[in-house]
Amino acid sequence: MARKDFEIIDHTADAAVIAYGADLKELFCNAALALFSLVTDPESIRQELQRDVKIISEDKDSLLVEWLNELIYLFDAERILFSRFDIERLTNDSLKASCYGENVDPLRHRIRVGVKAATYHMLKIDKDSNGYKVQIIFDV
Amino acid sequence: MPPWQGQLIKVDDYRWEIPQSYKPGMRVPGLIYATEAMLECMQQEQTPEQVANVAFLPGITRFSLAMPDIHWGYGFAIGGVAAMSVKDGVISPGGVGYDINCGVRLLRTNLSEDEIRPKIKQLIDALFRNVPSGLGSEGKIKVNRKELSELMVEGARWAVRHGFGSEEDLDVTEESGCMKGADPGKISDKAIKRGEPQAGTLGSGNHFLEVQVVRKIFEPKIASVMGINEIGQVLVLIHTGSRGFGHQVCTDHLRVMEQAVSKYGIKLPDRQLACAPIESNEGKDYLAAMACAANYAWNNRQCIAHWARESFSKVFGRSSEELGMKQIYDVAHNIAKIEEHMVDGREVKVCVHRKGATRAFPPAHRDIPQKYREIGQPVLIPGDMGRCSFIAVGTEKAMEDSFGSTCHGAGRMLSRGAARRSLRGGDVARELEGRGITVKTGDIPSLAEEASKAYKDVTEVIDVVHQAGISKKVVMATPIGVIKG
Repeated sequence: MARKDFEIIDHTADAAVIAYGADLKELFCNAALALFSLVTDPESIRQELQRDVKIISEDKDSLLVEWLNELIYLFDAERILFSRFDIERLTNDSLKASCYGENVDPLRHRIRVGVKAATYHMLKIDKDSNGYKVQIIFDV
Repeated sequence: MPPWQGQLIKVDDYRWEIPQSYKPGMRVPGLIYATEAMLECMQQEQTPEQVANVAFLPGITRFSLAMPDIHWGYGFAIGGVAAMSVKDGVISPGGVGYDINCGVRLLRTNLSEDEIRPKIKQLIDALFRNVPSGLGSEGKIKVNRKELSELMVEGARWAVRHGFGSEEDLDVTEESGCMKGADPGKISDKAIKRGEPQAGTLGSGNHFLEVQVVRKIFEPKIASVMGINEIGQVLVLIHTGSRGFGHQVCTDHLRVMEQAVSKYGIKLPDRQLACAPIESNEGKDYLAAMACAANYAWNNRQCIAHWARESFSKVFGRSSEELGMKQIYDVAHNIAKIEEHMVDGREVKVCVHRKGATRAFPPAHRDIPQKYREIGQPVLIPGDMGRCSFIAVGTEKAMEDSFGSTCHGAGRMLSRGAARRSLRGGDVARELEGRGITVKTGDIPSLAEEASKAYKDVTEVIDVVHQAGISKKVVMATPIGVIKG
C-alpha cells in the first residue's frame, strides 16, 4: 500500500505535520508540500514562477528547518505560494532546489493560516524499513 | 501521550515545586503558579517537563517559573519566566518567543456604554477600515530601508515623530516604547524585507483590537489614577507584536545560537532552547537585534492606537482629546530584559526572560512612570474575545517571588485544529453577536480558533496571581466590539 506523503496533526497552540519519504529528497519535498497545505489548498497554486533555493547547514535536521524557513520567508516577504519542488541536490549539509508556484491571488487563494516559522522543537528525522519520517511544528 | 508523571510538591495553595532532583542537569527547581485543578491540564500537555528543561540553562537563578496561564511552547513553555545571571548566564531567543514584544496597549475614553452602543457597528467598521489587519496585510505607512532602520532604533518615538500620538503616550509605555541597545546592523536582509511592508499592521491569529466596557472596579483609588472611574466606561485594548519582522529575527538568531551551543559546550535537553552566554558576541548580537524587533512592535502599537483614536473621533464627531482617549499603559509580554533583582540576599544583575509573561513592578520602582509610582505598574491581562480582560498592578511580592513578573492572558486550551473541528467560525460570530459583541474579521472560519472554548478562563488565571500576591487586580472589562485579522 502506498503510504501518505504527509499528514497534518493536532498540536496545541500551533500547526504540526508529519512528512514521509522513500528517500530524503522526497521527505524534503513532502515537508514543503505539507507546509503549503497548511497555508492554502495546494491544488489552487499554479506553477507560474520559479525560485531557486540553496541552503548550506550543519546537519540534515537543520537543513530541513532552514529549507522550510526559506520558503516561509518567500511567502511572507514576497507573497509567493509554491506547489512543486524539484530537489536537484541534497547532501548531509547542502540543498539545491527549484521551486514552482505563483503570487498570492486573494480571489483564488484562501490563506488559512499565516505560518511564520518552522521550529526545531522535537524535530528528528527518523528512518525505518519503509523510508523516512519527520514531525515538524510550525509557529503560526 | 500519557500525562506528565513527575513529582510536584505543594508549596501552598497556589504554588507547586518541581524538585531539582526530578532530572539530573536541572540547576534550580521549577515553580508553577496554579490551583490544584489547573495542574491536570498542564500535566496533560507535558508543560511541567518544559519548565524542568528550562532549569538546565546555565546561570539560571532561584527557579524556572511558570505562570498559571502556562501552555505548551517551543522549548520554553508560554507563560514562563527565567532569570539568568548576567555574569555567567545565557540568553535564549526561545525564552522570548518568535513574536518579540508581542504585547498589549490600553486606552481609556470618556465614553459610556450607553453612548457607544447605538454606534458600535459603525465604529467597528471604521476601526476595521482604518487599522490594517489580516494575513499579509500591508501597512498604511510605507517605510523604506533607511526609515525602517530609524524605526528599529526609535520604537514608538518614531511614530510620535511622524504625528502618530504624543509624548504623553511614550511616558506610559514600558521602556518608554524605545528599548536601548537596538542595532540595525544585526538585522538580516530577510528580516528587513519582511518588516518593510508590515510596519503598522495588526496581523492575524490571536491579535486583535477590542472595544471594551468596564464591568467591575476592585480598587477604585488605583483605578482612578489610571483614569477609570465608572462602571460602563469604554476602553480600547490593542494586542499585537512585531509581525514577520520579529519572527525572522528569532529564526535568524536561533540558527546562530544552534552553533553557539556546541561552541560554548552547553548541554541542553531540547534543541529549541538554543542559547549563548549573555556576554558573548552571539548573546550581545541577539539582544541588539531583539531590541530592534521590540521597538518595531512598540511602533506598531503606537500607530494602531493613533488610528483607533482617529476612528473614534470620526464616528463621534469629537476630537480624541475631547473623548479623553489617553493611553493607560503598554506592556510587552514576550521579551528579555536586563534588570536588578535580589538573589540570596544580594542585588544581582539578571536577564529576565518573559515569554508569555508580563512585567509587574511594584509602587515606587524607578522604572515605572512617575504617574504610577504610588500604585505600581499597570499590568494588562487580555482574555479571549467572548469573556473578559483584567487590569492589575505590580506588587512588592512580585519583586520578592517572581522577578517582578506575572501572567499575560488566558492561555490556549484547545489546539487550533481541534477548535476548527468542534466549532464553526460563523456560529462563533453569531453567538458573540447574540451576546452583544460585534465582531469583524477578514477571515470568518479562523474565528473558531479564537473562540472562548479554545481558551482557559482568564478569571481563574488572574485569581491565582492575585491570591499569590504577585499582582493585584484592579478592573474587569468585557468586550462589546472586536476586530481580528
